Amino acid sequence: MNNRQKYNKIFTTLFNINDSQLNKDFTFNNVENWDSIAHLSLITELEDTFNVLFEIEDILSFGSYENGMRILEKYKISFNDF
Amino acid sequence: MTGLLRDKVCIVTGAGRGIGRAIAESLAAEGAFVYANDAREGSLDSWLTESSMRQGITPLYFDITDPAAVRNAFSQIRKEKQRLDVLVNNAGVEYNELIGMISPENMERMFSINVFATIEMLQMASRLMSRQERGGSIINISSMVGIRGNPGQLVYSATKGAVIALTKSAAKELASKNIRVNSVAPGLTKTEMMQGADIEKLKGRIANISMGRLAEPSDIARACVFFASDLSGYVSGQVLAVDGCTIM
Repeated sequence: MNNRQKYNKIFTTLFNINDSQLNKDFTFNNVENWDSIAHLSLITELEDTFNVLFEIEDILSFGSYENGMRILEKYKISFNDF
Repeated sequence: MTGLLRDKVCIVTGAGRGIGRAIAESLAAEGAFVYANDAREGSLDSWLTESSMRQGITPLYFDITDPAAVRNAFSQIRKEKQRLDVLVNNAGVEYNELIGMISPENMERMFSINVFATIEMLQMASRLMSRQERGGSIINISSMVGIRGNPGQLVYSATKGAVIALTKSAAKELASKNIRVNSVAPGLTKTEMMQGADIEKLKGRIANISMGRLAEPSDIARACVFFASDLSGYVSGQVLAVDGCTIM
């Protein structure tokens, strides 16, 4: 499984959705069940999966599916492997 | 040694001397693996070379007021040990200034180290501990002046009062994750910082201690062992005075 697939799987599992729903509109503001509890679960899953520890600022600004990948790239996680 | 803390991974801030050093040694003596933190690179090396507890203590140099450095330190712990069981927030600074003569720089430094860095450490530690079924224990070193106040210590007592307040809030917020948060409040303690103290004034203050002596760093450390261990498994949100029954 490449990094994009791992990343998507975390979202699809946590929010109980399909891959096709993951796009630039999948954001904290647009997704009804993306609340603070889901947000912290998402962060924990991402940290465990990619073996990183986010800075607090990155946790606070991690507001969308797209932006999440940009943040992970800061931690040297590449999404060009597919 | 009874092995109360066998296999537990701990971090102690401000472990370079005094109370912090005694805490690190006491935790290690009970079988814990201890990361001893200090901001000054190399400052723990000679102690650890001589200490009988050196097997269980590893230096971890970073500035607790630097969020990136804090994150890197916790990343290192996570990579090396995959867990964290105990955080002792011990690092602190104290400047005693009378009202009207309070230096803004010293005030900022005291809040930065004693309060803001304590919160930063607590946040990072709780993120690691919350992944563990057994949770963890966070121990914040406050002070009796944070409870009772003291002339000439307005700012210092305010920072330690803040430590007590944040301990109680964190305990409530983290209880569901099995993370306990407690505070040890030392009274007047015999450390290197006391060596320059006025003997006559000191005698007057010792007269207020019912047990008739200053606290030793080891007295404070033993209270930390209790909070770090499973003996205090049903204790959270508490402030334990270790002050020899002082009448202030």
